[in-house]
Amino acid sequence: MTDGDFLVMRGIRKSFDVTEALRGVDFGSQRGEVHAIVGENGAGKSTLMKVLSGAIARDAGEILLDGAPADVSTPLAAHRLGIRAVYQEFSLVPHLSVAENILLGQMPPSRLPGCVDWNAAHGRAEEILRSIGFVGIDVRSVVGRLSVSHQQMVEIAKAAAVRPRIMILDEPSAVLSQEELNRLFALVRQLKQEGTLILYISHRLDEVYEIADRITVLKDGQLVGTVRPATADQGQLIRMMVGRSLGEIFPSRKPPRDDVALEVKGLGREGSFSDVSFSLRRGEVLGMSGLVGSGRTQVVRCLFGAEPPDRGELFVEGKRVHPRSPREAVNEGIALLTEDRKRDGLVLICSIRDNASLASFERMSRWGIIHRRRQAAEVQQKVKELDIRPPVLDRLARQLSGGNQQKLVLAKWLMTRAKVLILDEPTRGVDVATKVAIYQLISDLAADGIAILLVSSELPEILGLSDRALVMRQGRVVAEFTREEASEEKLLAAAAGVRQ
Amino acid sequence: MTSDLAPTPSGPGQALRDWLLGRTGALRRRRWVDYAFIGAFLLLLVVTATVSDVFFTQRNLSNLGRQAVTNGLLSLGMLIVVLTGGIDLSVGSVVALAAIMVSGLSKGGMTLLPAILICLVVGVAAGAVNGFFIARFKLQPFIVTLATMGAIRGLVFVYSDIPITPTDPAFRAVLGAGFVGPFPVSALIMLACYPIVWFFINRARAGRAIVAIGGNEEAVRLAGINVSWHILLAYMISGLFSALAGVMLASRLGIAQPSVGSGFELDAIAAVVIGGAALGGGGGGGSVFGTLAGVVALGMIDNLLNLFNVQSYYQQIFKGLIILVAVLWRRKQ
Repeated sequence: MTDGDFLVMRGIRKSFDVTEALRGVDFGSQRGEVHAIVGENGAGKSTLMKVLSGAIARDAGEILLDGAPADVSTPLAAHRLGIRAVYQEFSLVPHLSVAENILLGQMPPSRLPGCVDWNAAHGRAEEILRSIGFVGIDVRSVVGRLSVSHQQMVEIAKAAAVRPRIMILDEPSAVLSQEELNRLFALVRQLKQEGTLILYISHRLDEVYEIADRITVLKDGQLVGTVRPATADQGQLIRMMVGRSLGEIFPSRKPPRDDVALEVKGLGREGSFSDVSFSLRRGEVLGMSGLVGSGRTQVVRCLFGAEPPDRGELFVEGKRVHPRSPREAVNEGIALLTEDRKRDGLVLICSIRDNASLASFERMSRWGIIHRRRQAAEVQQKVKELDIRPPVLDRLARQLSGGNQQKLVLAKWLMTRAKVLILDEPTRGVDVATKVAIYQLISDLAADGIAILLVSSELPEILGLSDRALVMRQGRVVAEFTREEASEEKLLAAAAGVRQ
Repeated sequence: MTSDLAPTPSGPGQALRDWLLGRTGALRRRRWVDYAFIGAFLLLLVVTATVSDVFFTQRNLSNLGRQAVTNGLLSLGMLIVVLTGGIDLSVGSVVALAAIMVSGLSKGGMTLLPAILICLVVGVAAGAVNGFFIARFKLQPFIVTLATMGAIRGLVFVYSDIPITPTDPAFRAVLGAGFVGPFPVSALIMLACYPIVWFFINRARAGRAIVAIGGNEEAVRLAGINVSWHILLAYMISGLFSALAGVMLASRLGIAQPSVGSGFELDAIAAVVIGGAALGGGGGGGSVFGTLAGVVALGMIDNLLNLFNVQSYYQQIFKGLIILVAVLWRRKQ
């Protein structure tokens, strides 16, 4: 960052509850530059961009444009300054046409007051799409019916249409085909020629090296450094992104047993993943890493019967099973801790007692009536084991802290006495103390003979707990490492598709 | 803290205590809005007692009880449906269907018990239709029950477009006009349903699942519980209570009009909302105790306005205002 920069962000801080997403970031960039921002999941890239585009408010720090303080308190204010963003989540209105979406809020009026001149609207939308090199999209078609990649193109067109001074692209390539990516790059170069600053977030380092003038690395909410592609190779970049010690927070592990608990053969689901095979022994922790969108979550949802697989076979303790619903999976001894506890893990309005026993009601009731004493005793046992605080059974789930909520979801699955425990991001959004407690618990459960599939974006977690680690990329298992072989660099390289 | 970990006593005595003092709901999670509600209720009683010399007569109170039976039953079914995050607009039409069918069957010479049972089964079937479309096709409960509300009303008129008088004298004598001591039989039956439903919601596996579905359907599905079945069950229970209400209404009035029951859904929804339930997504809040309080309060208001000879149009306005105030009060709990 130099004082002459067009965009200056200084001392930017942002916290969500107890998590510090940005811890004093100083960032600068120039007009007519493609500036890539890279880092691990949770490094703060998207947060930084959302602060700039007015989507979230910063806690501290200043933002200058052309040396003058910039008001980016709301998305509208940022729009007025010529800042446009395309996020991973779309902001299109699915049941309106392409033209309406592109021209949202600026539809050309017809002579009749209050009406729209549709011919002019379609003409203008077509012109915009053509001018930025996107052809082959019918501006009259409804956005919701377009393919995801076309929706992404419309989203980009909508932002580019206003000729922004700063254009933010957050993982734009995740859903694009190679041809569409080429068009996007052509557009990026065109905007750059016209003096737009393009901030480009991507996990795909190949891409970053192809398009970026400079690359800034974020890690744990801090800026590690800014490099030019010509002076730093991908290996150096990955070390900058990772560069942290594992620490002493991981418990020691016992070796897994010999008998196989879960075997997956050629599992596939149209459009999300294919040919996934692995086996998991009792007492083993199998790590599964991969970038967001690599298909990890879809695989575990299939294993759990939440989504049906198109092909492949599944064996639990040697017995062929086909869970067509979570109900059947639970009966086969499979449990899934989902990545978003508030969305699909907990019933926030219900008590600890209800939430903990939700998956084992059947076992605790007779003639359809819940055996309250047994229920209370079992829940108390788990509350004590997991140290859920406060240990009050009638406390509602929404009154608990994030860490205790996560323990409560774990308690629910432990109460089912599952043989195979699938953990999807088990420590997301919990404080460090709870993290350590959950790591210890995972280790203890494995020692008890439970087979654990650990899906995580946090590489230290995978390395610290797993006996083996799988890496997924674009719907396939692309690498497998033993505990001894695995390293953050190798996992990240495999996940990003870098050849070493 | 450790005392909270003591095993929970169980058994019928404890269940009753729980219901009244509320380990799991009723009176324990009282907030200031509930105190305000109870206060307003008591104030109403005091004002009534001083202004009217008729209210606290046995005759009037038993009238009040008998009139509250219909809404008391409908509100129980509505409560269960609302707990799942849904709504049942078809209850009034099911009331009419059961009322006219029980009268028609009785007039046709069928004995009472089978006639009543048939009506209850029909009510459950109507609820099953609602539940099937809502659970199986993920349609909006509001729309589905709006459709069946119209369709069932049409069915009633197809069955008979003129009022039917049930002929069996026992029908009216036992259910509608019968008394045990000073208490009307119909009101006793209605009141007996409350602890049963409380037990179902708080102690039965299915009841807990229904409450949880209202809070987070996906979490319940992923916990291995058959969500569709429980939604179906909730609407079937609502259909059952609607049919029971229809039978009781026919026996109290001694005649079944095909147009009876229109607008009843509003009173039932009102009672449930006054009782603390949150309509629409999110679920929660609804309690059996609160619903009973809502039913009694609404019944009393009707009764009082009648005693003071207020026109029924004004009663409607007044009730509408009360519902709005109740919802406003409970906003941002």
